[in-house]
Amino acid sequence: MSKNNGEYLIIRNDNKYEVIIGLEVHAQVLSESKLFSTSSTKFGSEPNTQVSLVDAAFPGMLPVINEHCIKQAVKTGIGLKAKINKRSIFDRKNYFYADLPQGYQISQYKNPIVGEGSVTLDMPNGEKNIGIERLHLEQDAGKSIHDIDPQSTLVDLNRSGVALMEIVSKPDLRSLDEVNAYIKKLRSIMRYLGTCDGNMQEGSLRADVNVSVRKKGDKKLGTRCEIKNVNSIKFMQMAIDFEANRQVDVIEEGGSIDQETRLFDTKKNETRSMRSKEDAHDYRYFPDPDLLPLELNDNYIDQIKKDIPELPDEKKKRFIEKFKLSPYEANILVSDIEISKYFEEVSKNSDVKLATNWITGELFALLNEKNIEITESPISSKNLSKLINLIKDGTISGKIAKSVFEIMRDGDKDPITIVEEKGLKQQSDPKELENLIDKVITENPKNVEAYKSGKDKLFGFFVGQVMKNSNGKANPKLVNEILKKKFK
Amino acid sequence: MSNITDLKLVELVDKIKKKELSSTEVTIAFIERSKKSKKLNTYISENYENAIKKAKIFDQKPDFKKKLPGIPIAVKDLFCTKNIRTTAGSKILENFVPTYESTVTQNILDEGGIIIGKLNCDEFAMGSSNETSYFGNVQNPVSENLVPGGSSGGSSSALAAKLTPATIGTDTGGSIRQPASFTGTVGLKPTYGSCSRYGIVAFASSLDQAGPMTHDVKDCSLMFEIMSTYDIKDSTSVDFKRENYLTNLNENIKGKKIGIPKEYRVDGMPKEIDELWEKGIKIIKENGGQIIEISLPNTNYALPTYYIVAPAEASSNLARYDGVKYGFRSKGENLIDMYEKTRSEGFGDEVKRRIMIGTYVLSSGYYDAYYLKAQKVRRLIKNDFDEAYKKVDAILTPSTPSSAFKIGEKLNDPVSMYLNDIFTVPINLAGLPAISIPAGHDKKGYPLGLQVIGKAFDEQSILNIAFALEKNISFKNNITDWWIK
Repeated sequence: MSKNNGEYLIIRNDNKYEVIIGLEVHAQVLSESKLFSTSSTKFGSEPNTQVSLVDAAFPGMLPVINEHCIKQAVKTGIGLKAKINKRSIFDRKNYFYADLPQGYQISQYKNPIVGEGSVTLDMPNGEKNIGIERLHLEQDAGKSIHDIDPQSTLVDLNRSGVALMEIVSKPDLRSLDEVNAYIKKLRSIMRYLGTCDGNMQEGSLRADVNVSVRKKGDKKLGTRCEIKNVNSIKFMQMAIDFEANRQVDVIEEGGSIDQETRLFDTKKNETRSMRSKEDAHDYRYFPDPDLLPLELNDNYIDQIKKDIPELPDEKKKRFIEKFKLSPYEANILVSDIEISKYFEEVSKNSDVKLATNWITGELFALLNEKNIEITESPISSKNLSKLINLIKDGTISGKIAKSVFEIMRDGDKDPITIVEEKGLKQQSDPKELENLIDKVITENPKNVEAYKSGKDKLFGFFVGQVMKNSNGKANPKLVNEILKKKFK
Repeated sequence: MSNITDLKLVELVDKIKKKELSSTEVTIAFIERSKKSKKLNTYISENYENAIKKAKIFDQKPDFKKKLPGIPIAVKDLFCTKNIRTTAGSKILENFVPTYESTVTQNILDEGGIIIGKLNCDEFAMGSSNETSYFGNVQNPVSENLVPGGSSGGSSSALAAKLTPATIGTDTGGSIRQPASFTGTVGLKPTYGSCSRYGIVAFASSLDQAGPMTHDVKDCSLMFEIMSTYDIKDSTSVDFKRENYLTNLNENIKGKKIGIPKEYRVDGMPKEIDELWEKGIKIIKENGGQIIEISLPNTNYALPTYYIVAPAEASSNLARYDGVKYGFRSKGENLIDMYEKTRSEGFGDEVKRRIMIGTYVLSSGYYDAYYLKAQKVRRLIKNDFDEAYKKVDAILTPSTPSSAFKIGEKLNDPVSMYLNDIFTVPINLAGLPAISIPAGHDKKGYPLGLQVIGKAFDEQSILNIAFALEKNISFKNNITDWWIK
């Protein structure tokens, strides 16, 4: 395998294979209630406590569209720079399964609510656009639990009927890094919009992965396999890597790829055939007669457009222009809406450069260490801003600031109070500094002699001694200036 | 005073309001007669004790502002009724007791109605003779061993036999109008979207409509007024201006243009039906109406279209009866085996036939040729009516191509059974309202009906026309109580 120049190629016997990847991401719509019923969507509730008669498909029960979910899908569509279809149709996808109470899933087949769009990825060698084929709304199924009762399968319908957005990409992804960047970008956009929390642990974001390979330079796409329901970026990458190599092996041995659906076994790190094209379900899609076609007017779409917040791409552009950040810094700060908010709050009243460094440096290290989100940060943006201002106006040095930060992390204490209480204020009175300096000079006559005879490097020694004697509080800039004068 | 059970709905309401009768007296009278009429097999579930309790409660504190003050009513067993078993005529729901009430029955309860029982019907409303019910066939009170029509056969029989003063049915392809026609009663299939489908066991969602079945047009108007409400729980419910249909009811049809579709003059139609139709035309003319010959050119395709669309929707609607959540479950080796056994044992032949047809027409490779084509033809059929309504206010046709047939006569010939619906099916496909009223008898003495088809949401016009026809026809149902010994 070669990953030079950002290229992801599989090499066998001098043949170079390119890997073609398309993703069908299932994103749970952020909504209090389900797509066609009023039941709650809260995660982690007791099994079968969030199930209405509609969700359990009782006789005579009818779906009624949750308008909020429609709005969320339109919002997401706008975020994906996609065409919003003013007329879309809910279809029934028919199949039997114990956790599918209706015997069909209500989905959108030929007429999805959102059409073609695109997502821009920031890759090390530049931007890359990934095409979006469509976004449609559909119901989630319930959950079958096979490992509680040895005799039977148990079914939890809490998830049954929860709204999902299926976001289908074009086969534009070419590497594992791009898959990583794509998922992160998609999640970032949806979090900015508040349309999906992107929580992969809770299953709010899952994906079916389509993989095919072709010899580099070939124009025609190879036969693809679909890997079902992968629920983390890491597993997606592992599954793709395994699957692409498997396909290359088959081709190299003179075989051909069968179009099929495969499952990824996370324990064995391999994909396995689930069903072939011949065995594929015939879902007998047809328009759901219980629901009228969904018609949106321009006014409705325009109203939603007005409420769209600044999205990562625009925010990045603004950060670069307004704050003179590097694209790299801007990328980090806009990747998550909460980080960008925090940054803007800090930089509103403080030096931008210092704010950037402190957030991406000390603060991120702290969040990483504690494994928490920025919204849970023990240090508020207000106090970080104060700390930065103390550095900027010379009250404390950067070094002292780090020890103040250490105190702040255990309870978000005001850095001004900390500096006062601990007496950490920088010594900037020239008289006092002169006294300190004189003392060092008097106590080190030999070094003074050596310095004066040309050992310039000893200058650092004197600064260090002064700093040490002041317990680090002496203003290093002033110490430098005064020392230079003394030695003239 | 005549028998309580001989009174019509509006008369009963009037007498209760005038305190000439109590709800308890009326309720007991219908229950007593129902108890004596087990031979008709109209009831699947009885709610007698509870109903009498409710009648007594009503009498203690009567509210005469209600439109159905303490009136007992038996309803088709396709309507989910809270705490009363609801089977849809199927083994698969044999022991199903809903925890919820359909909107239509709730409307009846809200107006003071009291449910005395659930009436037999073809399994999942699939049938035209009530012979597909898991709970056995129903006798037509007109004559022994005669079918009462279907699928609302229990309803039509119970009504004609005066076991309930009025009833409600559902009509997907004629399931209210055909049994009304077979039993000499009035049946209205409202405009699609008029009565909520919430809580009605679904057969074919784009065609199903609930409607009243009554002794006369006045009763029908009252019942329809109560049943039809806009309901946000049904996305296909339509928020149109609903009238006071009973108050507005009048027989003045002067200047009304009534269309006669030439395509309904089918080959082999019995002469007496043709005569009945002519009689209707004559009455319209005599009352100042104008008869206009019209054409509904795609009528011939209605039946095949219906038998693609309805089974397709049914095949999907009935997928929920899988033994997992409620209803009948058979033991199986594994999930698939359980499904197969449950559905093989739980559904009857006609239901299975339609599930298979529906599954077939939706499957890939056949979808375009059948389902999609049928949807296009359905549009053409609707266009025919739209075109006709540029020239006429309503359309007059016979309700059925024949009178009631003998039990068992057509059971093994589904196609002949399906042909019974040729005059009623196009109306469901077009989503229009239509009423069947009794208009005469054939030579065997079996009732025959005339159908008045209206414009969408113009139920008032067809009720008025039917009212005028009814006055002039003076139909009398010759029902002897042969089943009561």
